[in-house]
Amino acid sequence: MNIFRNAVFAAALAGILAGFVMTALQATFTVPLILQAETFEGAAASHDHAAAEQVAPGHSHGEEAWAPADGFERLAFTALANVVTGIGFALLLIMASELAGGIAGWRQGLIWGLAGFAAFTLAPGLGLPPELPAMPAADLLARQVWWVGTVGATAAGLALIAFRSQAVWALLGVVLLVAPHIVGAPQPVSHETPVPAELHHRFVVAVTVTNLVFWLVLGAAAALARTRFATGLSAKPQRRLA
Amino acid sequence: MTSASTTHGVAVSAQSRMLQLALAGLLGLFIIGFVGFSHMEVVHNAGHDYRHSMAFPCH
Repeated sequence: MNIFRNAVFAAALAGILAGFVMTALQATFTVPLILQAETFEGAAASHDHAAAEQVAPGHSHGEEAWAPADGFERLAFTALANVVTGIGFALLLIMASELAGGIAGWRQGLIWGLAGFAAFTLAPGLGLPPELPAMPAADLLARQVWWVGTVGATAAGLALIAFRSQAVWALLGVVLLVAPHIVGAPQPVSHETPVPAELHHRFVVAVTVTNLVFWLVLGAAAALARTRFATGLSAKPQRRLA
Repeated sequence: MTSASTTHGVAVSAQSRMLQLALAGLLGLFIIGFVGFSHMEVVHNAGHDYRHSMAFPCH
């Protein structure tokens, strides 16, 4: 299990670094907008998502459920989620790049990061733009299914374009990139929301750009971690990317 | 990396390498799925700002 161990170790290094960078970015750019939007959820008990519940029934936010206290505790759990999922994203990035021959250096790491950004943020964000609390949305499970399908199709499409020499595969790759948006994301019955459009627009930009930086850091960090543990991951460096 | 582990790394068969990488990827999927997609309320509340900030489907 030498390769598995090295992949996990490299992913942990990259995920911890990118997770902390992302937490600082979120605390500065996205969380203030989330807190502002929560004021539109009504003067009910703090953080119960009453408004969202009306349009998405079946996902109850009972008052008895634990939630982190506002302030440091809430930020700490956001940081924990960032680091833990940063490691998860890094594991996927390392698996994909190793199957393609391995990332040769930080510049290729940046390109892998861009691919991750395209698959996990850009493509799903076209159909399901980042949402603020108090905004209406379609059924949660339907959106999650579309989100996962879009991420998978985009990642597969990019891989076919980058790593298959025959034109027919590249064509199939383009079809995979476009298909989720022809199917279309589940949309709410009404887009009416007390959240100002200007606030939502700022949030969409903030989420997209912070995710871009997160993926670039993750890709470059994974590449640098790999150069230290390359021997345990793969025998040959990546020959070409496109 | 020591020379011993290098030798070991090269000796690993292609099949075993694929399996271990797939295992690493599955672990990653499991982690992201649990934090970003869990319907468990406690996990949801703990990761609330994270899920919104990553544009995971939430609520």
